Amino acid sequence: MKKFDKERVLLAVAGPVMALVAAILLTSVVLIASGKNPIEPYSLMIEQAGFSDVQVLIINQASMYYIAALAVALGFRMNLFNIGVDGQYRLGAFMTAVVGAHVALPSFLQIPLLLLVGALTGAMWAGVAGVLKVTRGVSEVVSTIMLNAIATSVIGYLSLRDNFGVLVGDNVTTGVMKESGWVPGIDLGADVGEIYGLVFLAVAVGIAYWVVLNRTRFGFDLRATGESETAAAASGVNAKRMVLTAMLISGGVAGISGLPLLLGDAHTYSLSFPAGLGFTAIGIALLGRNNPGGIALAALLWAFLDKASPALDYAIPTPYEKEIATIMQGLIVFAVVISYEVVRSWGLRRQQKRVGEELAAAAAQNTKKEVAV
Amino acid sequence: MHALVGENGAGKSTLMKILYGMQKPDEGTIAVDGDKVTFSSPADAIVRGIGMVHQHFMLADNLTVLENVVLGSEKLYGIGGGARRKIKEISDRYGLGVRPDALVEDLGVADRQRVEILKVLYRGARILILDEPTAVLVPQEVDALFANLRELKSEGLSVIFISHKLGEVLSVADEITVIRRGTTVGTAVPAETTPRQLAEMMVGSELPTPETAESTVTDKPVIGVAGLTVYSSGAVSLGESSAGLLMDEVNRAEVKKVLDDVTFTIHAGEVMGIAGVEGNGQTELIDALIGTKNADSGTIAFLGEDITPWPTRRRRESGVGYIPEDRHRQGLLLEAPLWENRILGHVTETPNAKGFWLNPKGAQEDTRRIVEQYDVRTPGIDVTAASLSGGNQQKLIVGREMSHNPKFLIAAHPTRGVDVGAQAQIWDRIREARREGLAVLLISADLDELIGLSDTLRVIYDGRLVADADPATITPEELGSAMTGAASGHLEHVEDGDVEGAEAAPEDEAR
Repeated sequence: MKKFDKERVLLAVAGPVMALVAAILLTSVVLIASGKNPIEPYSLMIEQAGFSDVQVLIINQASMYYIAALAVALGFRMNLFNIGVDGQYRLGAFMTAVVGAHVALPSFLQIPLLLLVGALTGAMWAGVAGVLKVTRGVSEVVSTIMLNAIATSVIGYLSLRDNFGVLVGDNVTTGVMKESGWVPGIDLGADVGEIYGLVFLAVAVGIAYWVVLNRTRFGFDLRATGESETAAAASGVNAKRMVLTAMLISGGVAGISGLPLLLGDAHTYSLSFPAGLGFTAIGIALLGRNNPGGIALAALLWAFLDKASPALDYAIPTPYEKEIATIMQGLIVFAVVISYEVVRSWGLRRQQKRVGEELAAAAAQNTKKEVAV
Repeated sequence: MHALVGENGAGKSTLMKILYGMQKPDEGTIAVDGDKVTFSSPADAIVRGIGMVHQHFMLADNLTVLENVVLGSEKLYGIGGGARRKIKEISDRYGLGVRPDALVEDLGVADRQRVEILKVLYRGARILILDEPTAVLVPQEVDALFANLRELKSEGLSVIFISHKLGEVLSVADEITVIRRGTTVGTAVPAETTPRQLAEMMVGSELPTPETAESTVTDKPVIGVAGLTVYSSGAVSLGESSAGLLMDEVNRAEVKKVLDDVTFTIHAGEVMGIAGVEGNGQTELIDALIGTKNADSGTIAFLGEDITPWPTRRRRESGVGYIPEDRHRQGLLLEAPLWENRILGHVTETPNAKGFWLNPKGAQEDTRRIVEQYDVRTPGIDVTAASLSGGNQQKLIVGREMSHNPKFLIAAHPTRGVDVGAQAQIWDRIREARREGLAVLLISADLDELIGLSDTLRVIYDGRLVADADPATITPEELGSAMTGAASGHLEHVEDGDVEGAEAAPEDEAR
């Protein structure tokens, strides 16, 4: 059995490694084409990662990427493409900020309440797409994209000063949240920064994701639906209920993905709250192969590219454009999609062949028995 | 006319693909009319006069015969009068009886096959390859096909013919090549060979027959279906649900009934076989019984309880086993390991689950047991289901279903695409369970299997159970005529409800 396990590890690693190598090579091609040194930007960025303040930034950013990517991955595991993670994330963070600014409970109630608000808001927003798909057959891809746009407008409307908006300088915010809802972080000193307390929430969500998918009946049904809808239906999975449940959970997870920042640092939802997290998360989920461990690595990589690249602009003697990192992220997504498909079909064929060979060998020893290979 | 026979997975299809240029050989040569040739695509093969009639027809339903024939070879005789004349000429010359202006969707299976043959001839083929041409035909149609083929032969064309069915091969071929595990094991001349000898060459061992021993039918009804009617509508798959909602408003008379007033009872220890040409309601019947499609009217009773409104999972939990007709689509998660496939369909039951939690250890252990008991040839339980051969996949499915002591088993084509050795094992398992009081609904295209295993036989045609027969006396030919609807008229609902296999006379002979 050992052999097949090793094989599986090899297959699991081959895809991402191939994708990263291809992406790095292609980025170097871009650098050469624009007449730059194709190696130096990498060493500059890696040097950045050695600074502890950058490390804190990377971890904080990765925690949000991680939660959002888990939300995407959950949909992927059953062939649902929740592009609406971004809208669910923004709306979830916004509603949490509003509730946090107007409700003041003791901390041990306030923080769970805020998490619940974020999760429910995200779940509700994703649930709209889920209900549409189940009752009217609307593709979740289309409906979640549109719900993203609607979320933007809803947030815009609710941020009006007649509603929940509070003007701070020339920034529209939701007002500062009550302090009982702030989650303390791990302070590493003034010049290093603070790791968000909710980084541990990200870890917990990752563990829960693995346990639910691999160790519960529900998770099995969900994976079965993703692998073969027809087989799942024949095995007794109620496909519609499954779609709705998966959408709700995915949305719920997406709804809390902004909270590490909101409760740990920003304490208000404003115009400068980062947008686009949900789209980045799609790439991260792809790179991480929908696997909680893989997604963690992918999230860290992405955060590294984000946080280490600004230094390129100030590099001495030759500055580089920090957009190199963006180009690389884009190329990674491309390469990932292609290399995974290649590795997957290659792996299947390879295993088929090996099983055939082993059985043929067994049959040769035991000539009396006939083997169908 | 040269026939090629061999077990599933013996390499017949691969050989045909190479001959038709769809796949390249690693070694060896092909000679056409004495010239060595290499094909890099089917187009090359067509140029050399080789044409292929696939097992699954490649026709556009919404085009006419003429349009289908000229499609892709418009340059040959144009698309108008010239083409029509040529089609007529070929059709008359070989007695194909093809009408160029008929819509393909209106044609039956046998007619479509003739269109496929004509298509190949139209492109100038002198060598025809037919991949299991009789698999979809009833015996009468098979005879007609063979008459056509003999016509072709007498005109000097060559036919290469792949089949499982040894009787046919012997009756029609001039020479037979038997292949096993990728190599030629022998050639035979039909006049000097019996089907048994041929089969033994194929499998290299003694042959089993699907014969049921003494009757084990009891009077305890297990499954009772009454007046089951299903209208054609969108499938149960996601995204098509609106079709179901609209059904109520549409005038039902205009909607086709895919199952029409189906009534039967299966008792403990009874195997009821359903014969029928594919697409006559078998799939819908299975869907209605397993619960993936709801009955529009009628009831299904299981051990005295009305299970019509039950969802699939509850039915399976309560003891309905299911060997699906398409194991890749419905029976397996191809890319999941064997032990996860063992869980599929029984995720709520021991040893797969403990309450809400999955029990991978229990499932893995039980998978090892199934692999051993059912002789699933695999190096381990962590390989993906896709890496097993069809027969071993099927053995795993049968083992899985039998492991939960079903009281009612839906066995759809349980031995389709399975080699002879595995076939015998599967038959044995079904017979064993039947002795212990299992009720079985057997749906199969293999008439010998149906007749051999069943205690009672019903014929389904156009969504109705039109005839029944005693498997002890009926012949495949008699069954075949009822399957085409030819013997249906006065046989409609001769018996309602209760059917005891032993007493039913072979109704088809009344014709």
